[in-house]
Amino acid sequence: MFEGVKGFFPPPYDPKEPVDFGSGKFLKMWQGPQHPGITGNMSLELAIAGDTVYDCKTHVGYLHRGFEKLMERRLWMQNFPLVCRIAVPEPDFNEYCYAAAIEELAGVEVPEKAKWLRNLTLEMIRLASYLMWIGGQAGAFGHGTIIQWSATMRDYVLDLFEELSGGRIYHMYIIPGGVRSDLPEGWKAHALEVMDTIEKNLDDIELVMFHNAVFKLRAKGLGVIPKDWIDRYGITGPNARAAGFRRDLRKDQPYLVYDKLDFDYVTAEGSDAYDRAKVRLGEMYQAIDLIRQMLARMPSGGEFKTALPNPLHWKIPAGETYVKSECTRGEYGFYVVSDGSDKPRRVVVRGPSYTHAVSVMETLAKGQNIADVAGLMVSLHTYPPEIER
Amino acid sequence: MRTIPADIAERFEVGPLVSKRADLSTLDVDAKDVPELLARLRDRHGYRHLSFVTATDQIEEGVFVLTYMLHNHADNHSLGVKCRVGRENAVMESCHLLWEQMWTYQRELKELFGIDFPGSPRVDESFVLEGWIDIPPMRREFDTREYSERTFPTRPGRSTKDPATHMKEKLYPEAL
Repeated sequence: MFEGVKGFFPPPYDPKEPVDFGSGKFLKMWQGPQHPGITGNMSLELAIAGDTVYDCKTHVGYLHRGFEKLMERRLWMQNFPLVCRIAVPEPDFNEYCYAAAIEELAGVEVPEKAKWLRNLTLEMIRLASYLMWIGGQAGAFGHGTIIQWSATMRDYVLDLFEELSGGRIYHMYIIPGGVRSDLPEGWKAHALEVMDTIEKNLDDIELVMFHNAVFKLRAKGLGVIPKDWIDRYGITGPNARAAGFRRDLRKDQPYLVYDKLDFDYVTAEGSDAYDRAKVRLGEMYQAIDLIRQMLARMPSGGEFKTALPNPLHWKIPAGETYVKSECTRGEYGFYVVSDGSDKPRRVVVRGPSYTHAVSVMETLAKGQNIADVAGLMVSLHTYPPEIER
Repeated sequence: MRTIPADIAERFEVGPLVSKRADLSTLDVDAKDVPELLARLRDRHGYRHLSFVTATDQIEEGVFVLTYMLHNHADNHSLGVKCRVGRENAVMESCHLLWEQMWTYQRELKELFGIDFPGSPRVDESFVLEGWIDIPPMRREFDTREYSERTFPTRPGRSTKDPATHMKEKLYPEAL
């Protein structure tokens, strides 16, 4: 029997085999920081043999701007242009958490109308962020059409933000005490029109992407997160819900006006890349439904902000708090410590990518095919600036 | 009104349970008790989720305040376990065996605050500051502006001009 050629093929994956680059069997490969298959400015240091990943190390810091340190040197209100920049796809969660933390420490009451407007923007940005994500997820599996559709749909949401706040990416709409403005005239009708358009497009995306044989074959069974990892690794958001966990801060610890809205947990059981994508798709439809509910039920009149002290001389009483919200990736929170001065003593940003992109990714990548690493990472929906903030 | 569980009050010297909100409390403990207390809270009291670990530099008191934020999904309550570690030769016992993401937080605290966690995996590897040789930058005494001025020289050719004088020079040079 001829067996010579077998030597050219790598042996089967053995997770216990130590990575020894001196053996000539392994190759070190960097995926990122400049790579179409990486989410944001991070990189994966991969040790591969053949097509199989034996080891993975996440590297961040390529976009480190020292937000937390900078915030300690600025007045409470001066930090607003900073906090939204921690997460490009969804700045509003930063604005909300930071504002809510200040309000709690300073004892500022937020008018009812402002709560509805805040809630509305959070669901709008959830939808926009998911639209960006789904393009990346499809692209990671070679499906280039979806990003062209979803990026357009996201732009429609950004148009709404521009009309509402003047900004497309960074809105700085949520401020302590409320929001910067009420809905402009005709905005509601435009928003409903955009929701109809996106909903129709989501139907097309579902048909083209989720019933696609290639996507199914590659995403099903990829990166399965066992149930017992959820608490061990601190996994939250759709990554936990795709494993069957009914956990969503909007339901479990309702903030703003979520307790007045009708919605349920979106869950799945498979806990693989396909099910995570299904959960996020379900939450996109859910966000559209929530936006419609809010537009229908929101009080038409009333104050949208509370008068605040002079922001240049505003001292926040000493104390500490942790305010969190459910962003598209899971638990997103701000831990804020005040020493009673006009600047924060400490601001800590808790982003879900901290564990999803490091501990979880490094573990899940082992044993995967190199071609699936990008798809796996996007399926965890990681975002590096919230790690290296 | 939440109270400290009896087994914790008996075994550890803990401060009062400070309620921040209905769903958030903090508890001060001695640093040496932290690993055992966290394990007990996780295994016996439902605080299975670790939200984050961080440090606050209380330079005036010469300590770092470490905060371990835990969450109990069953009753939707978060508990911040706080302990104080001296700033000089700051060392804290590693808790990386309790949660898988713990070592990443400890690695970050080593790099940004200089708090060591002996035995924690990859604790000496750089996290976000590759090649950093200055003092840990999240310490209060680290002056970002002074560092910036010392490290990055001002580029020539970036001086600004008074707009009024500049336009006069451009448009009406004869008048000057």
